[in-house]
Amino acid sequence: MNTLVADARKPGRLLIRRHSVAVRVTHWINVICLAVLLLSGLQIFNAHPSLHWGQSGFEPDRAVLDITAVAVGDTLRGVTRVGGLAVPTTGVLGASAGSDGALEERAFPSWLTIPSYRDLASGRRWHFFFAWGLVLNGAAYLLHGLVSGHLRRGLLPSADQLTPRHLLREVADHARLHFPRGDEARRYNALQKLAYLSVILILLPGMVATGLTMSPGVDAAWPWLLDLFGGRQSARTLHFVTASLLILFVAVHVAMVVASGAWNNLRSMITGRYAIHSEDSSS
Amino acid sequence: MSTRIPRRRFLAGAAAGAGALALGGCDRLVQNADVERILRLAERLTMGAQRALLSGGALAREYSEAELSPVFRSNGTSRPAGEAYAALAETGFADWRLSIDGLVQRPLSLSLADLKQLPSRTQITRHDCVEGWSAIGKWTGVPLGLLLQTAGLAANARYAVFHCADEYERSADGSGRYYESIDLVDAFHPQTILAYALNGQDLPVANGAPLRLRVERQLGYKQAKYLMRIEVVESFAHISRGRGGFWEDRGYEWYAGI
Ligand code: HEM
Repeated sequence: MNTLVADARKPGRLLIRRHSVAVRVTHWINVICLAVLLLSGLQIFNAHPSLHWGQSGFEPDRAVLDITAVAVGDTLRGVTRVGGLAVPTTGVLGASAGSDGALEERAFPSWLTIPSYRDLASGRRWHFFFAWGLVLNGAAYLLHGLVSGHLRRGLLPSADQLTPRHLLREVADHARLHFPRGDEARRYNALQKLAYLSVILILLPGMVATGLTMSPGVDAAWPWLLDLFGGRQSARTLHFVTASLLILFVAVHVAMVVASGAWNNLRSMITGRYAIHSEDSSS
Repeated sequence: MSTRIPRRRFLAGAAAGAGALALGGCDRLVQNADVERILRLAERLTMGAQRALLSGGALAREYSEAELSPVFRSNGTSRPAGEAYAALAETGFADWRLSIDGLVQRPLSLSLADLKQLPSRTQITRHDCVEGWSAIGKWTGVPLGLLLQTAGLAANARYAVFHCADEYERSADGSGRYYESIDLVDAFHPQTILAYALNGQDLPVANGAPLRLRVERQLGYKQAKYLMRIEVVESFAHISRGRGGFWEDRGYEWYAGI
């Protein structure tokens, strides 16, 4: 992370090279892949809108999660059942507006699925194409991260960041939306590193592995996947849970990007350049 | 004085606009033939990868009796319409015959009793529907490879096409009739059987009586029910809409390993 230029117009402002081309390109390809995977995944979910636990399962009354519509008089009501809990979700989950504006039975609404209308075959085609994209892009990222040392130097928290005192201070700083400045801003903070590492090493590989466990072909080749996740239907449930955790990550991630300087951060992920303010760290 | 849209606001607006456009444009992209052709490349990648992983002839997992689903769900057709099938069912399929023809040296015509006298295989396997659910059932039947060997394949034989008694979609030209196809790698896999029994009983009508295909390692729509005829071909391009199966003709993948 070498200094590029001192900005003459703004004293104390240094532009540093923050992200390599490889990180920037794979980051945005990853964003596209995950967005399409989520929306086509919800199309696939709509074909059988309940989740089960174990090797097999199809009965809605024994489901872990079930998103359905019930007819009440001549109108539909959306109901989402989680465990023993039934929540009315008309308009969004279970029953929502179809192309003619009238309520129709569909687990996730048309604005959350690719395509907007019901079409499992297309949903699957988009899902698997972008799943290959995610895997190949992820492999390229990991390979680059290992060879260039980015994973070790950029993402593994350094010893000084892992002391309880330091971590506590970071938590307090985050709570007050106080972000590192000056030299400390040259590297990711420890919470940021841990969040990124858990996405890169746990959530994304978990997404791929639970997805593959739903494949009868892969199950024949690698039956240990079934044991790892407790069965095909458990894997389907965990695929859904892991996707939800990724959405949570993205929500916090984007909020942090905005809170800690939206334009500076975005530019750093597009052009690679990031401004740090060395002198005004007291302000 | 010129009013200048601040760069940030401009970018935020552009991003929001692009998002709205993407939403509206998604359906049009889905329906674009060139886009579809590109996306279909992934199916070849998937098949290539899975065939490489399965080159040792790995078996699908077989389960224990305790893991059987309480009821084996019936999907798709649960009773073929029409008098011909009704007449066959009336007599317990005594007059039903399975014909094996096409690119074979000795075409066969087999009754249910003939099939039951041949060596059989029983397997408890998981049936995975393309919709997402699974059910576990115990199947008994004749290995397809044995029948194809008996019939003797011609040198240019590449696929076994399964013609079924059910018309899943009413149509004037017969394109609504259910059919499926698999290649010889799957046809000669030891778990690929023509099943006449489910959970120790004669195959129920709802599950495909009198005979259905089990091609484990692929999804439910490949497991053709109500078999009438197996035709060995070099290419299925001339059959129905040419994609190798009822659901394949309606957009689903021919290789259904995922
Ligand atoms: C879609 C899911 C997303 C995932 C899984 C994800 C993941 C990540 C990861 C792992 C990093 C660290 C990269 C590295 O240093 O190797 C990162 C950085 C970054 N991401 Fe994302 N991201 C996602 C979406 C987004 C979105 C939508 C935005 C835009 C608002 C965004 C903006 C950024 C920025 C600006 C950085 C650099 C942060 C910094 O320099 O401090 N990300 N992201």
